[in-house]
Amino acid sequence: MSFLITAVVAYLIYLVLTIGGEDVLLWNAADLAIGAVLAVVAGALLRNRFVGKDLRMLNPVRWLIFLVYLFPFLYAMAKANIDVAYRVITGRINPAIVKIDPRLRSDMSLTILANSITLTPGTLSVDVDEETNELYVHWINADPETLKKMPRDYRRICYGFPAWARRIAD
Amino acid sequence: MAALTIATYVFLGIGLFFSLVGVIGLHRFPDMYTRLHAATKCTTFGAIFLIAAVIMQSGAIWAAEGAYSAQSVMCIRATLALLALLITNATGAHAIARAAHRSGERPIRAVVDDLEGKETD
Repeated sequence: MSFLITAVVAYLIYLVLTIGGEDVLLWNAADLAIGAVLAVVAGALLRNRFVGKDLRMLNPVRWLIFLVYLFPFLYAMAKANIDVAYRVITGRINPAIVKIDPRLRSDMSLTILANSITLTPGTLSVDVDEETNELYVHWINADPETLKKMPRDYRRICYGFPAWARRIAD
Repeated sequence: MAALTIATYVFLGIGLFFSLVGVIGLHRFPDMYTRLHAATKCTTFGAIFLIAAVIMQSGAIWAAEGAYSAQSVMCIRATLALLALLITNATGAHAIARAAHRSGERPIRAVVDDLEGKETD
């Protein structure tokens, strides 16, 4: 099963990259054959790295939620970018490394959250505690109110991202 | 067509502005972590707009010419490049920051460091 998923995904990426022939629809016949061979090789070599133990990401609803999530994410990213541009020009920074506990269980949702935090300017995930699933985040303009309490309020750092990550992959 | 050309120039302008901010930040910020913010995030945001401009232009020519053309290849590959950039940039920034903290690089002017003295392996 994991072999099949890996091979199909590898073949699809190959097909998208080699559009531009005439033999079969949009592809050259030779391209299709070479792609099939390479997809089998990739599937055999990488299946355990690519798929892992649970198959919940096969559910199309989760991918739909992921596409919906892109809109609030891009909005937060644009807002944070303007904020960081302001900090670059004025030099007003207040950096800190804070620990947040997003209460996520699966590796996939934690990866989505960590990548969202890193892609949003102003916050950068530095390290992860793999036993408790806590993230260490470098925050360029730490809010003094949040720094006073010890279980950090993650809403000021990463907005509603943990809730979305939980919906997508937890 | 005119509106599309204007939109393309606006996107190019925004992209160049954020790339420039990234370069300025690289020189202004005091330590590795804050520089990483400027160097990776602002340039990623700039690159999104630059690639979006390419996608819009080539997509419009593709729609006008119809079916397969050299522009359709450009449009699809630019989209793939954008996806690859988003994934690798976040992962790369995370790897650099983690490696720096483990090798003893401390954030300058930091008010709080929860990770201080903690070894997580």
